[in-house]
Amino acid sequence: VEAGALSNPVLRARRNLTDRIGDPLLRGLSGLAAALAVVVVAGIVYEVIHLAWPAIQQFGVGFVTTNDWNPNPLVQRFGAAPFLYGTVVTSLIAILFAAPLSIAISIYLTEMAPQRIRRPVATLIDMLAAIPTVILGLWGILVLGPFMRDTIEPALNSVLGFIPIFGGDPSAFGYLTAAVILTIMATPIITSVTREVFETVPGDLKEASYALGATRWEMVRQVVLPYSRPGIVGATILGLGRAIGEAIAVAQVIGGAYLINASLFHTGGTLAAQIASQFQNSAGLQKASLAYLGLILLIFAVIVNVIARVIVQRGKIKDVDVTETEAAAL
Amino acid sequence: VSANQHALLLDRGNLKRRNRFNRLVSVVSTVAALLAVAVLVLVVGSVFLKGVGALSWHFLSTPTALFGESGGGISNAIVGSAIIVAIAAAMAIPIGILVAIYTTEFASPRTAHPIRFVLDILNGVPTIITGIFVFGLMVEGNKQSGFAASVALAIVMLPIVARTAQEVLSLVPGTLKEAAHALGIAPWRSTVRITIPTAAGGLITGSLLAVARVAGETAPIILLCSIVGQGVLTNPGEALASIPYFIFTASESPKPEAHTEAWAAALVLIAFVLVLNIVARAFYARSRKRMGA
Repeated sequence: VEAGALSNPVLRARRNLTDRIGDPLLRGLSGLAAALAVVVVAGIVYEVIHLAWPAIQQFGVGFVTTNDWNPNPLVQRFGAAPFLYGTVVTSLIAILFAAPLSIAISIYLTEMAPQRIRRPVATLIDMLAAIPTVILGLWGILVLGPFMRDTIEPALNSVLGFIPIFGGDPSAFGYLTAAVILTIMATPIITSVTREVFETVPGDLKEASYALGATRWEMVRQVVLPYSRPGIVGATILGLGRAIGEAIAVAQVIGGAYLINASLFHTGGTLAAQIASQFQNSAGLQKASLAYLGLILLIFAVIVNVIARVIVQRGKIKDVDVTETEAAAL
Repeated sequence: VSANQHALLLDRGNLKRRNRFNRLVSVVSTVAALLAVAVLVLVVGSVFLKGVGALSWHFLSTPTALFGESGGGISNAIVGSAIIVAIAAAMAIPIGILVAIYTTEFASPRTAHPIRFVLDILNGVPTIITGIFVFGLMVEGNKQSGFAASVALAIVMLPIVARTAQEVLSLVPGTLKEAAHALGIAPWRSTVRITIPTAAGGLITGSLLAVARVAGETAPIILLCSIVGQGVLTNPGEALASIPYFIFTASESPKPEAHTEAWAAALVLIAFVLVLNIVARAFYARSRKRMGA
């Protein structure tokens, strides 16, 4: 007997009717929403190519290697090389700092710290990820930039100045300042994922290691790190993806130069930052070229995300959701 | 314990070296964690110290002054941001939860998997690219509008809402659904009356985190909603002022007064975002308790 409480035949008929509508309705609506997500992704790819098309036709693949950005109406020669260089350099430096830092923080939070303070400290580090990037950029302009110019860069220059990347005059805005801001952005993202991964390491394995006389660090090196390797790599690549795509904070602190410069202290540009600073005031071929930069950035971002996902899935760490930092951060 | 055995337990030679290295790693990892917390304190501290002086009722209740002048406030930016984010949330939260319902309740693993994949790709799309997309879709050949900004922010929110909702819905105990099934309750009814209420805390968490994430989003706004008229505007059909864009332009200004205003606006934004994060975490903790997870 279906739904015994509904002995009234009129009520039961009504319920049957709403069920006959409700089931396909919810199924259809939710299916439609899912389809919409797919359409949006396809739409993004189409629209970026569409807007970039005049520049693609004009410059072809050579756009990628052209070290020039000249909006002068008489010249109108655009290339991605300065911004590609800036994106790669700033993101790689950021990851070089952020990955070891995040691994150390995760070791602290899962193995070293006293039990009581693990959660509060983890929450504080997650809060770092919540700070809007425009505020990080503001802080970068007014606090970090001058500090880099007056303290860090002169020190680097006096010790390592013979290497071209540390040559040149210190300045508040440039590749290095942008890289530090990106480090601050990427660290909490990588940390929240590596921490989750470290927590999935089976306790028996750790105990076995301790039982064999390992110190805490030896246990971490021989058990936690090898077990978590795919997760660590995936998390790092994910952080790299965030660093590559950040437009605002980088636009605020990188200074906006149109040519590749060997010195890390020098002003430069990245793909995302260049779009953010010029798109609204451009037209014609320049706007199309900015969209072309966007297409390159989109390809980068998608490849990075797919690689991160595949690596983590290969590692078979299914409990950990590396792609949704906000969720993982909980 | 004989003297001989005791000597074996002494901290010396190889063991001494190992213990010393262990302590070193412990110190290094502690310093790393301290460094991250210190950066948080530095950034939030700077915003607070430099912003709190300029924060006044006048600043919160007066619209931005004419271009190049200072002495105005951010009432138009607060209203504009509220409208843009509210419309974005009204679009992204229901759609995101519906996507999650589809993948957890209706879709077979063969269709659910690609949809998750697409959501992850969408989550990895830089927000400036989302801005370009909506620009091509709505602004090109037309004009900037608050609504265009809302659409872009909704696209940024969608994967966040959907992925957290998927997580939470999949945590709802299967026994509850089976019980409903055994009583002959239609799937849609059990979803709406049992699964969703059980997961409500987690769904609210995901939604609040998504709102907190886009409240400070600036990149799409520059492309879609940056050429703004005077005064407090409320029609999303035209471009609206917003707090992130106010901070962005004020931070790029060479004037110290503009910087002070940027810090004050940043304080308003950061307070909103951090409070939202804390509230979201509280909801999450409660809902985990309810589901016995």
